[in-house]
Amino acid sequence: MRIDDPSRRAVLKSLSMSVAVGSVLRVIPLQAAEHAHHMIETEKAAGPYTPKFFDAHAYKLLQALCDVIIPPDADSGGAVEGGAPEFIDLLASENSDYQKPLKEFLTWIDAACTRKYGNAWLECDKSQQTEVLNLVAYRKNAEQDASLAWPVYNFGFLRNFVADGFFTSKIGISYLGYKGNTYLAEFQGCPPVPGV
Amino acid sequence: MLQVSPRRKVYDVCIIGSGAGGGTAAKVLTEGGLSAVMLEAGPRLNPVKDFKEHVWPFQLPHRGVGEGGRLRGFLSEFMAPNGYWEVPGEPYTTAPGSSFAWFRSRIEGGRTNHWGRIALRFGPADFKPHSTDGVGDDWPITYEELAPYYDKVESYIGVFGSKENVPNAPDGVFLPPPKPRCTETLVKKACDRLNITCIPSRLAILTKSLNDRGACHYCGQCGRGCMSASNFSSSQVMIPPAASTGRFTMITGAMAREIVLGSDGKAEAVSYIDKATNSEQRVYARAVIVAASSCESARLLLNSKSSTFSAGLANSSGVVGRYLTDSVGSRLVGQFPQLEKVPPHNHDGVGGMHMYMPWWLFGKKNDFLRGYHIEMGGGRDMPGVGQFTRVCEEHEGYGVRLKQACRRDYGTHIGFSGRGEMIPNEDSFCEIDPSVKDQWGIPVLRFHWKWGENDLKMSDHMQATFRSIIETAGGTVVNFQPRTPPAASSGATAEQGRQQPQSGGRISTGGEIIHELGTVRMGDNPKKSAVNRWCQAHDVKNVFVADAAPFVSNPDKNPTLTIMALSWRTSEYLLDQVKKGGI
Repeated sequence: MRIDDPSRRAVLKSLSMSVAVGSVLRVIPLQAAEHAHHMIETEKAAGPYTPKFFDAHAYKLLQALCDVIIPPDADSGGAVEGGAPEFIDLLASENSDYQKPLKEFLTWIDAACTRKYGNAWLECDKSQQTEVLNLVAYRKNAEQDASLAWPVYNFGFLRNFVADGFFTSKIGISYLGYKGNTYLAEFQGCPPVPGV
Repeated sequence: MLQVSPRRKVYDVCIIGSGAGGGTAAKVLTEGGLSAVMLEAGPRLNPVKDFKEHVWPFQLPHRGVGEGGRLRGFLSEFMAPNGYWEVPGEPYTTAPGSSFAWFRSRIEGGRTNHWGRIALRFGPADFKPHSTDGVGDDWPITYEELAPYYDKVESYIGVFGSKENVPNAPDGVFLPPPKPRCTETLVKKACDRLNITCIPSRLAILTKSLNDRGACHYCGQCGRGCMSASNFSSSQVMIPPAASTGRFTMITGAMAREIVLGSDGKAEAVSYIDKATNSEQRVYARAVIVAASSCESARLLLNSKSSTFSAGLANSSGVVGRYLTDSVGSRLVGQFPQLEKVPPHNHDGVGGMHMYMPWWLFGKKNDFLRGYHIEMGGGRDMPGVGQFTRVCEEHEGYGVRLKQACRRDYGTHIGFSGRGEMIPNEDSFCEIDPSVKDQWGIPVLRFHWKWGENDLKMSDHMQATFRSIIETAGGTVVNFQPRTPPAASSGATAEQGRQQPQSGGRISTGGEIIHELGTVRMGDNPKKSAVNRWCQAHDVKNVFVADAAPFVSNPDKNPTLTIMALSWRTSEYLLDQVKKGGI
């Protein structure tokens, strides 16, 4: 998926070669395209991320929750490695509609844990953490206990956001097995699949 | 004292708008020897800066959804700069009880920078709706008259497709079509069982090099702009040859306000706002081609009032703004478990469907008039924000099992979109709003909109057809509504609701399919039409309309190819008239 992989260069070169000399068409020269993409890469690689919206504690909690929602496993890294916390923090810093459910949830989970176990969520042991998360991870719990309606909704909001962050990351896209965004001389169609 | 008379530059033609119609006119007229000045309300297109081809979501901090996530949905940071549902400083209004969405573009090339590249010819019956079923009006021209221009356009821009002899869906000059994707193979089999015609699609994308443009490299990203210009856009394919004649001038940031008449009763200039200096300027020409997009063209004519034409230019018939239609749109998504078994492979293809379903019940007795075609999309596309919301909310929980559920679900959806012919009705039109003006003081449009009974019946038929295709193909209809907050406040979705119309459901919002047209209709009778069979104003012979505004009906075939064929024909007529001294 490197943007300078050899197949890309080869195909791009053949593309620009296929255009006749003196053509008036506005085809982007290979070098200019490479330059534009390089600019985007450099913008991105500007040092470690400093949270813009969440305070230090909340961001740490957010990171931990991201990796619980989409954890690393044998096949790939998790949501933290995929950059989900940065993505969530950045968008939340820019959109007040996102701030409320996220902030409310982080506050709620610490308060619930303190009430039950005398510790914030991060300081709870694994089984305590799981017990609280299981309360909000399923809608049916809110049907039985109306006080969970908002926490369940807010957790769902966070979960969608984490999935967005992970599955648009380099490792997330690779985990899904997306093979495109490249340069082909010919489209091969569908490989043989039973039932398709 | 010596009198110096300022010699003002007079161009042969002034073309308003640089999209499909304006671009075609620019190419044909300048190559035919005329000098042309083009007014474009936006800036020049700069592909190096503007195109995000091949950029991954993780290369952008906002992953494609823009600051604050405000580009979620149809628009994204990846798209070529193409236009907006809302243009700051340029409002439009809707009459009480009407909803209408108006997508406008303010850049060289207009909406051809982003369009779906679906390039379908209208069929013989499409030009004769009244003769066919007694409703609406026939066009003043026939398919046979326009066919040579379809040939010219296709031969120049490049359209892939296959010879199929489908009734009323004429074959064209085609490049070879690409092979079907897995999703399309699956749908084709179901359509065969249901006797629904499913054939290679017809898109303006090069599967072979043509006229100095290289062939497609199958990244599926046409909507982002194409650096090899392997798909059609006016900015990359029509404007450059016009510019190379040396007879072409483009004035950017120029918002046309009014067509100005000379003392001889002909148009002599176009007055426009130069956005950079916020000042009113004039450009002089011997003929004016209005190609600002159907509703903008109607607005410009209605705003061009004079003592001779108090109801607006070319509007002695009163039809300008009337007969507004959009395509009947409807959508349904299916999930197909057998696609879970598809091995990871490159599924991108061209930036659009490889197969589609033309109207397969032509000439049959149906419970509604006219017809529709079906488009499809889905499968193992580049993952994007929002794509896993459904599986997250249905699977619930968290952890490795959720992660795996997302991977299983990835690539197993196919969406179906119907595009059908709306019949013009009295309740759907645009007019000048009596009080609201844009930031330059130009009166804006007010839209009135109502779907007709036929349109609603058609969209119900679409829904039933989509369902039967999905179920016959072994899938299930996805009936998913994102969760709403427990209280009344609608939270994160409110912002998006304002940004773009909500798709899905029974029938689209008027304007949402971006096929709005018909507002400056053509006809032989000057009492019932604004322009004649050459798209020349009945009232003012040196004013022409070269977008979709002159269309008499809105067949289910997407309008762009016909805009170009008509504009090409109009331009050749104008060249011929100039030669004969008629203009």
